[in-house]
Amino acid sequence: MKKFVLSASAAALALAASAGVAAARDQIQIVGSSTVFPFTTAVAEKLGQTGKFQTPVVESTGTGGGMKLFCAGVGESTPDFTNASRAIKDSELETCKGNGVTPVQIKVGFDGIVIANSKAGAALELTKEQIFKALAKNVEVDGKVVANPYMTWADVDSSLPADKIEVLGPPPTSGTRDAFVELVMEEACQEAVEAANEKACTEIREDGGYVEAGENDNLIVQKLEANPKAFGIFGFSFLDQNADKLQGSKIGGIEPTFDNIASGDYGVSRSLYIYAKKEHVGVIPGMAEFITEYTSDAAWGPEGYLADKGLIPLPDAERATQAEDAQALKGMGS
Amino acid sequence: MTDTAATVSTGLHTDAAAKARLKGRYAAEMRFKLLGAGAVALAAFFLLLLLSTIVTKALPAFHQHYVTLPVNLSAENVNPEDPSSANHLGIIHDALSNEFPTATGRQERRLLRGLISTGAGVILREEIEADPALLGQTPGISVPLDDFADLYLKGLLAKSGESRELSGVTVSAQEGDVDLGFADSTILELARGARAVEGDGGVLRMTSGSDSFLLDIAGGVVKLTELAAADGGGASGKGIVYEPLTEAATSPVAATLRTIVTAEANRKITDREIVWLDRLNARDLIESRWATLFFFTGASREPELAGIWGAVIGSALTMLVTLALSFPIGVSAAIYLEEFAPKNRITNLIEVNINNLAAVPSIVFGLLGLAVFLNWFNLPRSAPLVGGMVLALMTLPTIIIAARAALRAVPPSIREAALGIGASKVQTIFHHVLPLAMPGIMTGTIIGMAQALGETAPLLMIGMVAFIVDIPGGFTDAATVLPVQIYMWSDFPEPGFQQKTSAAILILLGFLVIMNAIAVVLRKRFERRW
Repeated sequence: MKKFVLSASAAALALAASAGVAAARDQIQIVGSSTVFPFTTAVAEKLGQTGKFQTPVVESTGTGGGMKLFCAGVGESTPDFTNASRAIKDSELETCKGNGVTPVQIKVGFDGIVIANSKAGAALELTKEQIFKALAKNVEVDGKVVANPYMTWADVDSSLPADKIEVLGPPPTSGTRDAFVELVMEEACQEAVEAANEKACTEIREDGGYVEAGENDNLIVQKLEANPKAFGIFGFSFLDQNADKLQGSKIGGIEPTFDNIASGDYGVSRSLYIYAKKEHVGVIPGMAEFITEYTSDAAWGPEGYLADKGLIPLPDAERATQAEDAQALKGMGS
Repeated sequence: MTDTAATVSTGLHTDAAAKARLKGRYAAEMRFKLLGAGAVALAAFFLLLLLSTIVTKALPAFHQHYVTLPVNLSAENVNPEDPSSANHLGIIHDALSNEFPTATGRQERRLLRGLISTGAGVILREEIEADPALLGQTPGISVPLDDFADLYLKGLLAKSGESRELSGVTVSAQEGDVDLGFADSTILELARGARAVEGDGGVLRMTSGSDSFLLDIAGGVVKLTELAAADGGGASGKGIVYEPLTEAATSPVAATLRTIVTAEANRKITDREIVWLDRLNARDLIESRWATLFFFTGASREPELAGIWGAVIGSALTMLVTLALSFPIGVSAAIYLEEFAPKNRITNLIEVNINNLAAVPSIVFGLLGLAVFLNWFNLPRSAPLVGGMVLALMTLPTIIIAARAALRAVPPSIREAALGIGASKVQTIFHHVLPLAMPGIMTGTIIGMAQALGETAPLLMIGMVAFIVDIPGGFTDAATVLPVQIYMWSDFPEPGFQQKTSAAILILLGFLVIMNAIAVVLRKRFERRW
């Protein structure tokens, strides 16, 4: 027994020592947004399948968390790419620069945010104003700002069904929620509400009309199947993969389809980005090849494998310039 | 005085009120027993419900469909000098196209290619690398089908209705858009029942929202698009040929009408793909195999290629680190505290703190690991080493508490006897007390390890929630663990991952059952009673 305890402790010490002198990294590390995660992982897997490089490790930390890790500095212990579901903020860029990091911005495509319900329910045609009235915490009624009194869709607009408003959506920590608030709520905010309080436009009701359903969108899909009167808010790829069960509501008369989001007609879509660390190119093997793979037509083109995963491609001309800038490693502000 | 005492005692226990009280007590006991049994039954019911849902959901993931295609590996396609650089996926796509020469046009070929997993090229490349003798030949190579094709063949995507024999059917051509004729009009009733849309002049349109009618006729397949009543009884219709007929049936022949009850708009597989898959099936090119990919490959973004092996190895490495750190440290600490340490205020304080540590939420250990191991010691992210260290911190208190209890349970007579024949204190403990306490210590350790095995939250902070394809080869390689793999799969939109999630849960449960079984066996085998 004594020997066992001693040898186990020796093994533990040896382990701890070996970690201190970890060999130079030959595997790309990627962090960042969970929205871009499904697409970047697909590209990472393709790079690994070539057999020339190790498959990059992709971690889902959220856009903000990813930026923090990415901008922390140059060196093996920092990631080489970060995924972002929004453009880098000025403050983040400053941090990056301050730590000697030059990010290369690559806009990879669009993500549509949809309001969907079960095919068993009625298809809705909404406007952003109606969505605001249905989901905002405070709305304007007869010139006064009051707590949202609308209980059914018909209260919001008589053309809508008289069903209780029940929308399942992401919690405040989610990037999808931020984008939804920015693209729908703030845009459709009523003037009186805006004047009342600068935060009022972004506040979502908490009286049961909007249910925070956690970060797991599959859960929302299952709940919508069970309750045809409920609606859910999530990214287009979940609607795409569950097209057999769900239908997307038209917003502003436009249906959330692949083509409508790609052409920019559908009003609730945002751009997705990845950022490469210029200083690491040539140091960590495979970075240039990863960028080339991501920006190839076979990946992000209209018929590429990322489109199958639900990424909405950029228009042809923009794709060409983005690919050119990316492959030339055009750093930001350099 | 004694009189009254006697009357009180007899009266108190025998009068009607007493009997009622007794009855009440028995009834209360019975109620409690029933409630207890009910609670157990309810718990068993929910456990059964949980297990049966997981098992039924997981079962389809344990087998998957492969298609065997003759692939052309001539020097034209694969350069014998450098067989690894060929367009392997393209070769397989060509082989599939050869099976369906009539599938032309960009869209149609794209749809056809989509039936095969995008990882098929890699599988072909590996087969060639393993056996270069294949070069220059046309061997039959088996590759996995795409996830939706696989789900269809498992019967999870589209429901087939009954098929019917029809006689007296005519069709105008072998390919393209065709006119159909039916001798009797029952087909019109069938179409109405199948939610066909009735248009002007009684024309029934089979839209994507209605059931699909596929007509097997003259060796080909025709999909019905329109139907109308014909003059003089019978019916006429229009259709698209999906599989070319051997000859145009201008004179009436027999045909089989196949119905697919799930409307095309409500499934992720089109009629076209269904016809192709059924054809491949009829030619015996598709087989269902035990899902070796699921057990022996790493993660993937394609459900049909995703496997659990990377996570199993990651879990094993992490547990090894956890055990190597927490067991010796925990047992040593327990021995010192129990046998050597003076009983004073400081040791009391330490004891209280250890008990408290055992109840600290695991995420706190994750934050500690992030701050100390990653930011301060600069250890690599996503590594089993760091995961193991964090989990060891979490497991330590459990092991110390269990080990102290086991040491305390060894009777003092053992110690006294050893000391009495002249053993030193260290000899007494290591030669006599510790071996006797070992079964108890091991039980505690295994239970602590089982808890660590199922832990997700602390690993979140140190980057083990990552997409990792390569199987980890060492303690500092990037890795993930079983519960995290389950967590990630449950969040992917592809329906194929839902089954993989359940299957992975079964494997994790299997691990836990095995670990607990080992704990039971150890206890039974080494247990001593005094």
